[in-house]
Amino acid sequence: MNHILLIDFGSTYTKITAVDIDNEIVLGTARGITTVETDIMNGLNQAIDALFLKTGKLKFSKVLGCSSAAGGLKMVAVGLVPELTAEAAKRAALGAGAKIMGVYGNELNEYEIQEIAQLQPEIILLAGGTNGGNKEVILHNARMLTTLGKDIPVIVAGNKSVAPQVVKTLLEAMTEVVHTENVMPKLNELNIEPARETIRSVFLRRIVEAKGLNKANQFVDDVVMPTPAAVLKAAELLSKGTEYEPGLGDLMVVDIGGATTDVYSIAKGDPTKTNVALRGLPEPFAKRTVEGDLGMRYSATALFKAAGAKRIADYANVSAEDVEAYVEKVEANIEYLPQNEIEKKVEIAMGKACTSLAVERHVGQLETIFTCFGSAFVQKGKDLSDVKTVVGTGGVIVHHEQPKEILKGAAYSESTPEMLKPECPKYLIDEEYIMASMGLLGEVYPDVAVRMMKKYIVRG
Amino acid sequence: MENNKVKVILGVIGADCHAVGNKILNYAFTSAGFEVVNLGVLVPQEEFVNAAIETDAKAILVASLYGHGEIDCRGLRERCRESGLGDILLYVGGNLVVGKTDFTEVHKKFIEMGYDRVYEPGILPDQVVIDLKNDLGL
Repeated sequence: MNHILLIDFGSTYTKITAVDIDNEIVLGTARGITTVETDIMNGLNQAIDALFLKTGKLKFSKVLGCSSAAGGLKMVAVGLVPELTAEAAKRAALGAGAKIMGVYGNELNEYEIQEIAQLQPEIILLAGGTNGGNKEVILHNARMLTTLGKDIPVIVAGNKSVAPQVVKTLLEAMTEVVHTENVMPKLNELNIEPARETIRSVFLRRIVEAKGLNKANQFVDDVVMPTPAAVLKAAELLSKGTEYEPGLGDLMVVDIGGATTDVYSIAKGDPTKTNVALRGLPEPFAKRTVEGDLGMRYSATALFKAAGAKRIADYANVSAEDVEAYVEKVEANIEYLPQNEIEKKVEIAMGKACTSLAVERHVGQLETIFTCFGSAFVQKGKDLSDVKTVVGTGGVIVHHEQPKEILKGAAYSESTPEMLKPECPKYLIDEEYIMASMGLLGEVYPDVAVRMMKKYIVRG
Repeated sequence: MENNKVKVILGVIGADCHAVGNKILNYAFTSAGFEVVNLGVLVPQEEFVNAAIETDAKAILVASLYGHGEIDCRGLRERCRESGLGDILLYVGGNLVVGKTDFTEVHKKFIEMGYDRVYEPGILPDQVVIDLKNDLGL
């Protein structure tokens, strides 16, 4: 019998999923508290004991893990023009599953260096200049980074014409400096895959140990990637399928948490309407965005500000005062759960607002331009109006009674026709909360991972 | 691929979507040995500037065909100076204004806006290439 254990060391909980590969079933899931401060194995053992109570003792042929423990993979991205190489660097880091602490453009100054030192990133991604383009700024920034007073791994993904000098400069102060392909080799050409891979290998080599995750090594074969990267991988698998197992086609994934809302899309996002010109930086096929101000608990007040009382009140069909009162309650006590009908409605509305706003920021927008020959349209970002599947995952959605109501925020709305959101999607729920695990499983058994997702991620 | 070709930024400014001349200019400058970073049509000023910064371009070539050139082109020089591009070469050409305005006036107006060269309709790309090479000392 071939059993595999998949572990997600989350910021709060260590979630484990035991999978029977031969029968393609989930044997059981369980969770313990993430104990990264003391010994990561304590929480993991707790989860395993809980699992074995349900399943009986199991033997595992392979144990794989992903992690967002201890604040996730904290990164800073540095580029030249904020809308170009700095944005490309940010997208590479997001795609690698990082938590972005800051994005910097142009020449770094002393204040920004102090700020970066305080942010304590675990990896810095340094870009700037197209190949053969601007050289001065990335060299300047490399020199500035040597004054950080901290030994932080730096990945260099900028103008290749000066990459050797940039690496040499950084090596004066840093032990680990890795260079990879430019995130923007030509203007408006996005090339984030090599940087993503490099981030992942640095994560494996350096961060796993620094975070004390290696204490689990006797038990876990590999902590292979940050959790968001595992979810992105799962989404890609579910969308594209494999050679032997067809996927579901273009899709989006929404993951709402207490502090942030993550949105993933697997789709090219080309214009679906006629007479549309594409502008701006090309979009990655597999795209992840994170909204730090949209969340159900830690970010409740920020969500309230971003969405406005009226939007949430309208969704819930209650008064703005009710919304305000509830937001205050949950922000003060993050363990609080709705106690009555009104609070339940507000809770759903908050989730829907998280989904709606996060998806609006993720998708492309259509702008009408009036020319002498009538109106034309300019599209910036991905047109996701033809996406037919929206998947909900993450604690808030998975444990909710009415997850579909929350996910409906992802759909196109007539009140904001410029937002290219899915027009008539179906909603799937990751009921067993296995997406991150399936991303991990996909590393070894992609066909099984696709089939299991199709079986366990069901219509909401 | 790295090469030592001089980079120039090309694009049709503002809400103008005349694409044919843009393709011809792209071809002409590429054949003349430049690396053309072509932004295409409907290009806001900001994108010309950003592209020039990131690619270290030596000239920005602006086209405007639909008659609103004066509104669209005004302020580009100031924006370049503000962004550290300083006195980068700025060329402009096309049907810059509506109607039959005397070209010397149009020329004067655009020179005052900070453009280094201003071209009237009917000028062939070859002439612009010669001017660009001269201005860049190539």
